[in-house]
Amino acid sequence: MVTDDYAIEMLGITKTFPGIIANDNITLRVKTNEIHALLGENGAGKSTLMSVLFGAYSADSGIIKIHGQAVQIKDPNVATELGIGMVHQHFKLVHNYTVTENIVLGKEPRRSLFARTVNDQKINPKKGNFSIVSLGSAEKKVKSLSDRYGLSVDPKAKIEDITVGMQQRVEILKTLYSDSDIIIFDEPTAVLTPQEIDELMQIILRLKKEGKTIILITHKLKEIKKVADRCSVLRRGKYIGTVNVQDESEEDLATMMVGRPVSFEIEKQKANLGRKMLEVNDLCVNDSLGAEKVKNCSFYVQSGEILGIAGIDGNGQSELLQALSGLTTPESGEILLDGKLINKMSIRERIEDGLGYIPEDRQKYGLVSGMTIAENCVLKDFYGNKYSGKLGTLNFSHMKSNSDALIEQFDIRSGQGSETLAGSLSGGNQQKVIVAREISLSPAVLLVAQPTRGLDVGAIEYIRKRIVEERDKGRAILLISFELDEIMNLCDRIATISKGTIVGTFKAGEVSANEIGLMMAGVKARKEEADEKKA
Amino acid sequence: MKRKLERRKSFIDWFINSNGATSVAVVFLGFLFGTILVAVVGKNPFNMFKAIFVSMVGQANNKGIWNFRYVGETLAYSIPYVLTGLTMAFACRVGLFNIGGEGQYVIGMTIAQMVALLVPAFPGLWVLCLVLAVIGGAIWGGIVGILKAKFQVSEVVATIMLNYVALYGSRLVSLQLPGATTYKTAALPSQAFLSKMIIPTSNLNISFIIMIGACLLYWFIMEKTKLGFGFRATGLNKDAARCSGINVVKNISLAMAISGAFSGLAGACVLLGGAFTSGRILAAQDNYGFMGIAVALVGNNTALGTFIAGILFGILKESQSLMQNMDIPKEITFIIQGLIVVFIALRSGLELVKQLREKQKVRKEVLAK
Repeated sequence: MVTDDYAIEMLGITKTFPGIIANDNITLRVKTNEIHALLGENGAGKSTLMSVLFGAYSADSGIIKIHGQAVQIKDPNVATELGIGMVHQHFKLVHNYTVTENIVLGKEPRRSLFARTVNDQKINPKKGNFSIVSLGSAEKKVKSLSDRYGLSVDPKAKIEDITVGMQQRVEILKTLYSDSDIIIFDEPTAVLTPQEIDELMQIILRLKKEGKTIILITHKLKEIKKVADRCSVLRRGKYIGTVNVQDESEEDLATMMVGRPVSFEIEKQKANLGRKMLEVNDLCVNDSLGAEKVKNCSFYVQSGEILGIAGIDGNGQSELLQALSGLTTPESGEILLDGKLINKMSIRERIEDGLGYIPEDRQKYGLVSGMTIAENCVLKDFYGNKYSGKLGTLNFSHMKSNSDALIEQFDIRSGQGSETLAGSLSGGNQQKVIVAREISLSPAVLLVAQPTRGLDVGAIEYIRKRIVEERDKGRAILLISFELDEIMNLCDRIATISKGTIVGTFKAGEVSANEIGLMMAGVKARKEEADEKKA
Repeated sequence: MKRKLERRKSFIDWFINSNGATSVAVVFLGFLFGTILVAVVGKNPFNMFKAIFVSMVGQANNKGIWNFRYVGETLAYSIPYVLTGLTMAFACRVGLFNIGGEGQYVIGMTIAQMVALLVPAFPGLWVLCLVLAVIGGAIWGGIVGILKAKFQVSEVVATIMLNYVALYGSRLVSLQLPGATTYKTAALPSQAFLSKMIIPTSNLNISFIIMIGACLLYWFIMEKTKLGFGFRATGLNKDAARCSGINVVKNISLAMAISGAFSGLAGACVLLGGAFTSGRILAAQDNYGFMGIAVALVGNNTALGTFIAGILFGILKESQSLMQNMDIPKEITFIIQGLIVVFIALRSGLELVKQLREKQKVRKEVLAK
């Protein structure tokens, strides 16, 4: 049962980084054996606070108490000794090792080559270069832990052979193996399908029942409502408050997180459909190592609609986008832009023919961070007559007035206006620069990948609104996102992708999130295109 | 007192954020340590500075005589330094590391002496020499550019290899030229030489003006033109440039060619600048190409910076003989050059200082609240 003594007390924690105060005098109190959610937008300081607790950073000021004892956590090893375990968002697993090998990594049970018995006592030097790793006992312990908490993990399976959900359970087992009684989950559901999320929630409840204290870092309100007892909210590095989850609605929590009422629903008019602007037939794409990542992929996007492609990360979305945008050449199949075959066209020709692209990796593909906003805004059309001066020069004043207008129109916040370096902008404003550039080129087809990843709620709302506006202007929009909510909210039609193949296409509202989840996992395939038959 | 502190603070901020100021400080440090070294080996550092002073302004030994020949030689020496510096700087701005300045320089020189000896002499022969040397350097650099852009061959390895190909290739070809001995060819026709200017006693010639033209061209292409915009975007983020439709393959090839052209010009300028009377059969590398790397580093890859750094290296080169006259080992100039390049690494150190200061500022703001 939840008791009244605190497992963790973090009092007055302040942590600064160059240019930002990540944690500003934050106080977090977690009771023993409760599930405590830590809620906040991206950049609110959740991860920093947990890194301080886990010993990855040291705080500038503040006190940490574990079970009432003030402690100095200098590095993660100290945290582990204090019984704190962390399940990271990005798993730290060696892929060609087995589950057990991963779990014991760094604390392998050893047996000496030269073990001997002296006076009936086994002399077994644990340390030394000539000791042998003996996994037998570890395997047994992993198995029993797995059974006790209902994780059903095979200790002998290799990591590369098991699903992402299972890999996460291995991470959980790691913390259990080192006898942690406080387990921190960092955004645990980001990589999971809806079914796996449900199972994880069950596991978390089971862990609580077995006496563990849980901290759940997330910005997903549904999950908090489902499992958490209490919830602490951070906003822009500041502590906002701690509430009992039962007493608050999702809307209340969202308001606390953002600082103002938020609307989750995007208002959309009925789609005004035109002709097929983007058509993909039997497309096959290999990745750089030659592995086939997109297999016989077929779909189309009409003007005036948003087609969403739902799928779990790594199911061929990146390769599909690269083939569409022209970064790679497909192996076979055809890509038609307004009826014209563009397979072999250069990237610039595609752009000139009206293909816009908001890439998923905005730092790598979207922006030149060492250039100014003005320069980034004309990255795709600087060579045109619009910005020409004499002798092949650029007309810098035209560039500046162009970006001044976009800064105004898209509400891009920058230190020195058009002259600000793109790299010094916040993530949300960087994305706004990219969106502004793409929209200002008025493309007929707009490819949008993960447009709101890592952005704060305000920027997310704004960018989604702009995407819907473009749709209403009659553009054909292809949206690829790993966030099912985003797809369900924005799209007119939804296609699910699994292992590089489209496994089903539906009109929005026809299917439940659960059904889409099953298809994303490749469990269920529905080949017939429901809407096509009706039309 | 407080205001004084404030002023000192803003000076430090300015200093850290200014690339030019950092370069000056780095040069200063190089000289400082050089001076200490001279003193440690028991020589008079004052003589070293006197030699440098003479090569800068031409005021000759104590006697109150002005000999501007020294200044002319200094400027003449700086021509290849600046040009090979531009080679490195141009490639760097496009994200490439062109170590092949030396090879491109040798190719330019070889082509210039072939043209001078094989084409029947006519007034203005030197123009043809320079133009073909530039083209030769551009092709030599461009080959690497194409290898890099099309086949992902590391430009560092390719340029180093081509340096040797250029050196021994130059020997092979030059040995076939008229009047070739083991170290020189027949005398070059007088029409091939660059005409002297301003200070006729020195080797200062019109290629100094051509070099200034090259600096201006560099600045114009890089900072002002559409071509340069594509180059800069490619250099700063190749992936984003490619994704935005910029032809990265073409840019890399072209940039290496332009980069090589500067060194090709340098080779012709050295050969025809008056220091040599006949064509050269190179026994070893001249090292101008490699010094260009240091020049570009000190000049921070800008046109003006490279120009100034090139002049500085010219001064050091000219002062070498003067130093020997004054009983200072001339090797000290190489040590100073080396120290300057080492201290350039301070830039990264200053970056850390910058971060630390920002952090302190934030911390203070937090405490104030």
